[in-house]
Amino acid sequence: MRRVVVYMLLVLFALLCLVPIAWLVASAFKANADFHVYPVVPPVDRLTLANFTSLFTQMPFLRFMMNSFFVAGATVILQLFFSSLGGFALAKYDFAGKKTVMGVMLATMMIPGPVLLAPMYELIYHMGLIDSHLGLIVPGMVNVFGMFLFRQSMLSVPDEMLQAARIDGCNEFQIFWHVVMPVSRPIVGAFCLIAFMGTWNSFLWPQIILQSSDRFTLPIGLNQMIGVYEADYGAMMAGTLLAVLPVVVLFFLLQKEFIAGLTKGAVKG
Amino acid sequence: MAEIAFRGVNKIYPNGFQAVYQLDLSIADGEFLVMVGPSGCGKSTTLRMLAGLETISSGDLLIAGQRVNDLHPRARNIAMVFQSYALYPHKTVQGNIEFPLRMAKLPAAEVKARALEVARMLELEPLLQRKPGLLSGGQRQRVAMARALVRDPVAFLMDEPLSNLDAKLRVQMRAEIAALQRRTGTTTVYVTHDQVEAMTMGDRVAVFKDGRLQQVDTPQQLFERPVNTFVAGFIGSPSMNLIAARMEPADGGPALTVAGERITLAREIETRFDFTGDDRITHIGLRPEDVADPQLVDADRRLHGRVALTELLGREQMVYLDLRDGTRLVARLRADRRLRPGDDIAVGIDPARLYLFQADGRALPYRQG
Repeated sequence: MRRVVVYMLLVLFALLCLVPIAWLVASAFKANADFHVYPVVPPVDRLTLANFTSLFTQMPFLRFMMNSFFVAGATVILQLFFSSLGGFALAKYDFAGKKTVMGVMLATMMIPGPVLLAPMYELIYHMGLIDSHLGLIVPGMVNVFGMFLFRQSMLSVPDEMLQAARIDGCNEFQIFWHVVMPVSRPIVGAFCLIAFMGTWNSFLWPQIILQSSDRFTLPIGLNQMIGVYEADYGAMMAGTLLAVLPVVVLFFLLQKEFIAGLTKGAVKG
Repeated sequence: MAEIAFRGVNKIYPNGFQAVYQLDLSIADGEFLVMVGPSGCGKSTTLRMLAGLETISSGDLLIAGQRVNDLHPRARNIAMVFQSYALYPHKTVQGNIEFPLRMAKLPAAEVKARALEVARMLELEPLLQRKPGLLSGGQRQRVAMARALVRDPVAFLMDEPLSNLDAKLRVQMRAEIAALQRRTGTTTVYVTHDQVEAMTMGDRVAVFKDGRLQQVDTPQQLFERPVNTFVAGFIGSPSMNLIAARMEPADGGPALTVAGERITLAREIETRFDFTGDDRITHIGLRPEDVADPQLVDADRRLHGRVALTELLGREQMVYLDLRDGTRLVARLRADRRLRPGDDIAVGIDPARLYLFQADGRALPYRQG
C-alpha cells in the first residue's frame, strides 16, 4: 500500500517535470495565429510544420547548429583531455606544492562566474579572440570541477595497476592513456555529458564575445528571434526543440555507459 | 647473462623510516632466490627497488654489471607478478598478455604468436577472450604469470603471488612456478612471508628482519646452520624451542645447565661447533621434532617436565611441556605415547641435534664440512 502511494507521487512528479517539455513540443507545431488561442494542444488539423520551415528558410539555423556543435565538441574534447590529465596528476603523483595548487584550484571554484566576466573579456580582447569561436573554446579548456571529478575517480585506481603498466613498458603518459583512462570510462561518460550540456547551453559568455551573426551559437541565435522576428514564437519553440535534441540523444547514449560503470564489480568474479 | 647485485643498498623513506639497511646480496644468473621474513622486514621494499618502483637512497644496484639505480622500470626489462595480480580489467586475457609486447612495439604477428604460446603453456587458451572480472582467483594468477612470461625479461620478480589463493591451489601453483622457472631458466626473485614456500621453492633463501638481511643460503643450510636465533626460530615449522642455558666445561666434554637440570654433552658437540674457550652460551635451540625418546638417551641427557597441553596430529602429537623452572618446551612425539595434561614426563636431548646461541643471539660458529 505504501509502495503504491510512493509510486503515485513519483509518477505525479515525473508528469510535472514533463509539462514544460510537452508544452514546448506542442508549441513547436502551432501556427503563430494559434499560439495564444490554444493554450495547450490545438485540434490536429491545425498542427503545422511551418515553424520548422521558416527556421531553415528565414534564418541561418543550420549554421547556428553547426557553430554550436563545433564549439561544444571542441570544448568537450579539450576539457576532457586537460581535466583528466590534471586529475590523474593530482590523484597519482606527489610533487612539491601539490596541496597549495589544490587549495588555489578550490579557491577559484568559489569565485562567482559573473565576477570574472570583465577581466576575462579584457584578456580575450587582448588575445584578439573577440567575435571568434576560439574566444569561447580557450577559456573553457580547463575545468577545475572536472579535474577534481577525475581526481576523485582516479584515486580508486589501484597503484599496483599503474606499477604493472610501468613494468610492462609504459611511460607515464602511456599509463594514463592505456590504463587509467579506459578504467575510468564511466566517469568519462559522466563528465562528457556535464561538459557538453554546460557548453551547449552556455549563453552569457557567447552573448558577450560573439558579434557577427554567422558565428552565433544556438542559444544566441534563438534569442535573436525575439528582437528580429518579434511575433515568431513558434519558430523559436521549434528551434528550441531541435536544440534540446542533441543533449537528449547524448544522454541516452551515455546512460548505458553510466549503468555499465555503476554495476561493474557489483557481482563477484 | 643477468646477474643481479645489491651493493650496500639503503632505503630511507622521506619520513625518516629506514626500511632497508646496508644490503649486500648477489643473485646469480638463472637462480631462484626467495626473500622471506615477517611483514615489515624490508623484503618487498627490496624487490620494489629492484623493479624500479622505489628509489634507492644510497648504494648501488647492478643488473648484468650495469648500474641501474636511476633507470625507469620500463628500461630495466624486468617482469613482475604482483600480489593483487594488477591485471588490466578493461582488457581481455589476451589483451593483458599481449600488452607488454605491444608496448615494446613488436610486430603484430609475433605478439599474437607469443601470447598464444604462453597461453597454451599455462592452459589459458579457452579463456583468452574473457575479461579478468570473470576469472577465478587461480585463473587470474595464471594470467598475471602469463603476462610476465610472455616477455623475455632479465628477471622475474614475484611479490607474494600465491597469498590470495586457497591452500590447495597454493601448493599446486608452488610446484608449477618452481617447474616453470627451471624450464625457462630465468633469474627469479620471489618474495613471501611463508617459510614453507621459501624452503620448497628457492635455490637459495634470503631471510630478512627489520630491514636487515640475516642470512642467505640454501634451504638445507638455513635449516641446519642458522646464523642466529631469529633465523633458527623463523625457519622450520613448528618453530625451534629457544631455551636459556648455561654451559661449563666438564670432564668428557662440556655440560649444560638447562631449566635447572644438568645435561652432559659429549665431545661430539665439538665436531659440530667451533668452541674458542671463552664462549658464553646463553641459549640452546632444539627443534620440536628433535626431542628424543628418553629411553634412547643416557640418564644425564634428560629433561623433566609437566604436560600442559597436547595436540594430536594423527601419527604424531605436539606436546607442550612446562620444565622444572617453568620454561615452555614444545615437543613433537609419537602419538602412541598416551599423555594427559598434568602428567610428569621425561624427554631426551640428543647433543647432535642441539643448536647453541650466544648472548647477542648469534649462533656459535659452525665447523666447516
